[in-house]
Order: sequence, then structure tokens, then C-alpha cells
Amino acid sequence: MVFSSTAVNLIYLLSSILFVYALKGLSHPRTAVRGNQLGALGMLLAIIATLLSAKLSLEVIFAGLLVGSVAGAFMAIRVPMTGMPQMVALLNGFGGAASLLVGGAVLIEVQHTSQEMELSGLVATALSGLIGAVTFWGSLVAYLQLQEVVLKGKPILFPGRHALNVALVLGSVVLGAMLVMNPEQTNTYWLLVAAASLLGVLLVTPIGGADMPVVICLLNSYSGLAGAATGFVLNNTMLIIAGSLVGASGIILTQIMCKAMNRSLANVLFGGVGAVAIDKNAQEKIYAGKIKSVSADELAMLLDGVRRVVIVPGYGLAVAQAQHATRDLMHLLEARGVEVLFGIHPVAGRMPGHMNVLLAEADVPYDKMIEMDEINPLFDQTDVVIINGANDVVNPLARTDPKSPIAGMPILDVDKAKTVIMIKRSLSPGFAGVPNPLFAMDNCLMFFGDGRKVTLELIASLKEAAA
Amino acid sequence: MDQFVLLLTVFAMAMYLGTELITKVPPTLHTPLTSGSNALSGVTIVGALLSAGTKHTTLTTVLGFLAVSFAMINVVGGFMVTNRMLQMFKRRD
Repeated sequence: MVFSSTAVNLIYLLSSILFVYALKGLSHPRTAVRGNQLGALGMLLAIIATLLSAKLSLEVIFAGLLVGSVAGAFMAIRVPMTGMPQMVALLNGFGGAASLLVGGAVLIEVQHTSQEMELSGLVATALSGLIGAVTFWGSLVAYLQLQEVVLKGKPILFPGRHALNVALVLGSVVLGAMLVMNPEQTNTYWLLVAAASLLGVLLVTPIGGADMPVVICLLNSYSGLAGAATGFVLNNTMLIIAGSLVGASGIILTQIMCKAMNRSLANVLFGGVGAVAIDKNAQEKIYAGKIKSVSADELAMLLDGVRRVVIVPGYGLAVAQAQHATRDLMHLLEARGVEVLFGIHPVAGRMPGHMNVLLAEADVPYDKMIEMDEINPLFDQTDVVIINGANDVVNPLARTDPKSPIAGMPILDVDKAKTVIMIKRSLSPGFAGVPNPLFAMDNCLMFFGDGRKVTLELIASLKEAAA
Repeated sequence: MDQFVLLLTVFAMAMYLGTELITKVPPTLHTPLTSGSNALSGVTIVGALLSAGTKHTTLTTVLGFLAVSFAMINVVGGFMVTNRMLQMFKRRD
């Protein structure tokens, strides 16, 4: 059975509408599950319609569908919530790879059947290859950095990298133009892909750990735009719609992340923040004699009779796997009538919403996760702030020192609370490499140790004090 | 060329619609948004299926097979992991 092209296109339209509903559902946690299911249904319909759109030989197709489904399901089931940034990076990359492969295959098919491709189709093919390759290799490097297989999240900077990037961009443009003029030279396409691959690697290697949220959002938007470009190649409006929705999503998230760090996209991509040497003297001057360390028992006493506690999680919480212990602490405090809230900075963690997912995994209700603009006015009516694994996002230098790498970054105003408890292994600086004057403030107490271990100690002390 | 302008119109409208939709997503759901939109970008599978199934040349069949596999990882992995996360947000309701 082969469907008419009208029938197929109508099903594609239905799929497009379902994709829109998928994103619409994400406007609230209650409707999000349904939305995601509608999106999946739309995708299933699109696949079935395509299989019925022409006489296709199905063995290779089913082999591919099987391999992809098994691998995808395996990854989705196995990945721990702390590994979600890596997972998303990898998925972005596969989307890009698919786009570049389809672009290449279509180009060869057109030559093989001696058809003519329109100018716009050729430009779109070149763009599929370019964006697809940058996305694939960039995502792969991001994955390796996040997984800490290589680089350990530290940016790699080498002299002349900007010149090399410019040369690669220009080279890609020239190769793209050559392809458009002489599409029968399909090798040009693979040369373009090679240049774009190198570009993808070089664009991401200089970007360090805490800037990863921006990279992930940007690659997300690229994977969408590569899909949209493939839509132009195939004259397929559904591909264009889905690709643009994803592209828009990535672009908006990128903007939100950049704004939350008060840095331009160019500065994140090319600034090389995180590679600076730490100034030990400046650190010594700020901290000398002013650091107060506190024990679990002392903290248990301090938490007696408080009314509101705000917990500020950061990447360190994910590293220490402290989300479940933190949830237990929340329950314990709530049982004593304390109001417990979570203050979440937009760039806390390694991807947008990273902390929310971790806390949700530990059964923290989402209405307790408060975003920055809403939690900040509450700090001066907060008795105790417990910071676990965050540093730069609570650094008051952002407000006071215009020369600091984090100058002007909106921060959580934790120093306005009565008491601040900083859970941290040592006094080492955060990703930005600057000391944090918060540690030396009168109302700040350092609770040294591993984020999970000390939270468990605190819980034990609280229970003991109550017994 | 008219066809191209039509496609460009669809592209522009969809970008606008996407912008409107995404600005309404709360920060709490930004990770599922990223993974869910990721699954949507796997829609390239449509092109991949055609390349894998038409068997023009061995090379295009191989490219098509690889593209179907990659896109399907994106689709299945993306929707499933998003579902896993969203269930966690939902269960306390």
C-alpha cells in the first residue's frame, strides 16, 4: 500500500500540530507528561506516514529502527539523573549527525538519478552538512568534558585558536559555495563536513564546566536548525516546523543562561573563563582570621526554633549525590514546623534546570523550588540559608567588584539572611576562580566536608538533639 | 523559487510560534524541555527513512541506515528520558 502524497502531507500536518502541543504541555509540570506523549505520538505518525509514502525496501529501515530504538531506550533507562547533562549533549549530537548524513545521501541520490536540485535546496544541503557536523562534534566534546573522560571540565586554550576558527569558517563557506556551483562533485560535501567537524571540536574545547549550560542550549538550537535545513532540502514543512521549534527553544534558553551570568554569548564562547590562575594572595587577604568553622552539633542547636530555611543547591550537590540526604533534611525540618524552600539560580549545575531534576528525583515537590527573582526578596526574612555545592552564584563580589569575571552577574542574595551555612570541602574558589568574600562575613559559618556526608551528620545531630 | 518562499514563510512562523511557546516554560522544566525538544529534532528520521529505503546506491543505503539509527536514538532516547523526568515532577501532585 502506498499513500498519496496529499494523505502523507496531511498526516505530517497532524504531527506538526502534535509537536506544538508537546511544547505547550511543558508550560506546567501537570500537563508536561501528556504533552511529551503527544509529541511521541506525532513522531510515530510521521514515521508510519513516511514508510507508506513510497515503495521502500524495509529490511535496512527496520535494522536501523531497531538499532536506534534499543540504543536510545538503553541510554534513557540507564542514565542517572546526575548524568543528564551528558545524556542531552549526546542526543543533540546524534540529531546533528542524522541531519548531515541525510544531506549527504540526498546529494548523492540526486546525482545518481540525474535530477537537478534547486539553488535553495543546494544551499540547504550545505547548511545541513555544516550545522550537522558542528553539532555532532561539538556535542561529542561537550559529552566527554561533562563525563570528565578528558579535560576534566577545564577549558583548553591555545594561541592562534581564534585565527584557526576564522580560517575554518571561511573555508567552510568557500566549500559550501563550491558545492552549490558544482553539486556533481559530491566530495566537496565531505570536505565541508570535515572542516565543520574540526570547527565543532575547536569551538567547544575552550569552554569550561560552569559555562556548559550555554553550550548545551546552543547545540540544542543547532540540532533543531540542522533539522530545519534538512526540511528545506527535502521540501518538507513538518521538518521545518519541528526544527524551528527546537531551534527557537535552544536560542531562548541560551539567552536566559547568558543573562543569568551577565555575559554575552561571544564572551562565553571565546572568553576562556575558568582557565585563569587563582590569586592565592588576594584570597588570603580576604579570608585571614575571619573564617568560622562549625560542627554538626552546633548547627543542630542553631537550627532550633528557626522559622524559615532556604537551601541553595549547586553543582557540588550533584557531584556529592547529596539530593536524597538533602530531602531527608527537608522532611526533618518540616516536621518541626520549619518552612523549607530551595533557592535555585538559573545557571546552577551543568545544564538549565539541572538542580530541579535532581531534587525532583529525590521527591522534593516542585512548588518548593523557587527561582532567583522570587527567592531574593525573601532572604532578609530567612533565618538560615544552607548552601550545598554552590559558590559563584552566591558570591557578593558580583555586586561590588566591577573588574571581577563575575561582575554584574545576578546572584542569590544569601548574605541578607540572618545566618548562612556554607557546606564545602575547602576554601577553594568556584569555577570563575575568584575568592568569595561571603565566607568571611560575620553571619557566615563554614561547615566543611563532603556535601552528602555532612548533611547526614547534621541530620543525625538534629535527631539526637530532639531525643 | 515560489516554493522556497513558501518554506521560508513556514520557517519564520514556526520560529515565532516556538519563541512564544518556550517563553512560557517554567525554569523548573528546562531540563525536560531540552531533552524533549531534542527528541523532536529527531524528526530528521523522515529523510533518513527515505534514503535508507530507496536503495539508489550502496553508499546512500549505508548513509541512510546510519541516519535512521542516529535519529532513532534521538527520538526514542529523547522521549523516554523526558518521560522519566516528567514523571518525577508529577508524582508529588
